[in-house]
Amino acid sequence: MGSPFDINGGACVAMVGKDCVAIACDLRLGMQALTISNNFPKIFNFAPSTYLGLTGLATDVNTVSDLFRYKVNMYRLREERHISPQTLANLVSSSLYEKRFGPFFVSPVLAGINQTTGKPFICGFDSIGCIDFAKDFIVSGTASDQLFGTCEGLWEPDLGAEDLFETISQALLSAVDRDALSGWGAQVYIIEKDKVTQRLLKGRQD
Amino acid sequence: MPGFDFSNYNRNAALHARGVPLPKATSTGTTIVGCIYDNGVVNCEKLHYIAPKIWCAGAGTAADTEFTTALISSNVELHSLSTGRDPRVITCMTMLKQHLFRYQGHIGAYLVVAGVDPTGVGLYTVHAHGSTDKLPYVTMGSGSLAAMSVFESMWQPDLNKEGAIALCAEAIKAGIFNDLGSGSNVDVCVIEKDKPTQLLRNYEKPNERGQKERNYRFPRGTTAWLNQKVISKEDMKKYVTIETLSGDDNLAAGEKMEVDV
Repeated sequence: MGSPFDINGGACVAMVGKDCVAIACDLRLGMQALTISNNFPKIFNFAPSTYLGLTGLATDVNTVSDLFRYKVNMYRLREERHISPQTLANLVSSSLYEKRFGPFFVSPVLAGINQTTGKPFICGFDSIGCIDFAKDFIVSGTASDQLFGTCEGLWEPDLGAEDLFETISQALLSAVDRDALSGWGAQVYIIEKDKVTQRLLKGRQD
Repeated sequence: MPGFDFSNYNRNAALHARGVPLPKATSTGTTIVGCIYDNGVVNCEKLHYIAPKIWCAGAGTAADTEFTTALISSNVELHSLSTGRDPRVITCMTMLKQHLFRYQGHIGAYLVVAGVDPTGVGLYTVHAHGSTDKLPYVTMGSGSLAAMSVFESMWQPDLNKEGAIALCAEAIKAGIFNDLGSGSNVDVCVIEKDKPTQLLRNYEKPNERGQKERNYRFPRGTTAWLNQKVISKEDMKKYVTIETLSGDDNLAAGEKMEVDV
């Protein structure tokens, strides 16, 4: 049997722009080569401008997203404020490392704008919580090799919200077309200081 | 250490028994080195803070080096607060080795600990299984052989500060260029007695990236979308209170803990 990361398939990518960030995922859920659903979003919202993408084993994507919904709700009740992307990154990291010897099979990607500083923030994690801070982009999922290629080629610094949407969308769509386990449509979030735009992309259905 | 959670362990072990490979954790392809000189110590690459005058370079499983050093840093701080003394390098090294030995090598942290304390300079390596070494120059990580070859041929007992920094940087570069796992930049940390610690991030950048010669910016409207939902600040206000604060960097320090003096 293959790696648990490759059973259900899926891809996720986050990018930094000028005063904005974007995060996008595909919509496929499969069992090996058989597609089960083409409506399985992998991006979850945790604060007005903070989003977490989760690729990997679908059962763990659900468990981990529910776990963080619980933890972030508890944080908000205790602190009476929303969680910042940086704090969520540390929460994700320590929660995953707690399971160092029995990890969840997920590769999270975090994107958001810190509401106090107004600065964009993205980072990625391995399955045991090592944070990968990036100034440009973060990729994860079964199409991560392809995403590294498209992002390295298409990304440039200081893209505005509309241009960043085109760049991240084309990077994701091109990458998932070269991966049999990802695709079947995509969801893109463009996060600005006080506006979030969610768009549904049509992808190849094969 | 209070608490690893083994709740997924049996599930993952059962999957592993059915032929599912274990997940690969991010491993640092790394060269880390350290070298003492007359009045201080130099430490290179992938640096973690332990105490103001004790720093740790980490190789091996990235998450393990990160969390092990953070844990020991916290305990070292509490220890120095309770004793009212500056922390010692040997204390930190002992705490690290006892922690790692307890986990029998399953915590894959390979560390170079360097620092200055009231007893003088200290430079140690700590292996994941808990063994330690005390030497005037040390290397670890996948590039350790390449880096050690530089030390073995160029190290002298009477190095000054500049010489020690240059030698360490040279050793790291040997790792970068001759070991496939190691790459990119050289970070240097210089710890001296009675002087503030200098952390020189990207001390050398022998692999600077060239400027892209062409851009692939797409005309707006290239990507067709089926539908969109705009969540504006006004929409958010229906559900939560939003207050705009100034972009003062000190406000971000609200994330930091406030300590009574």
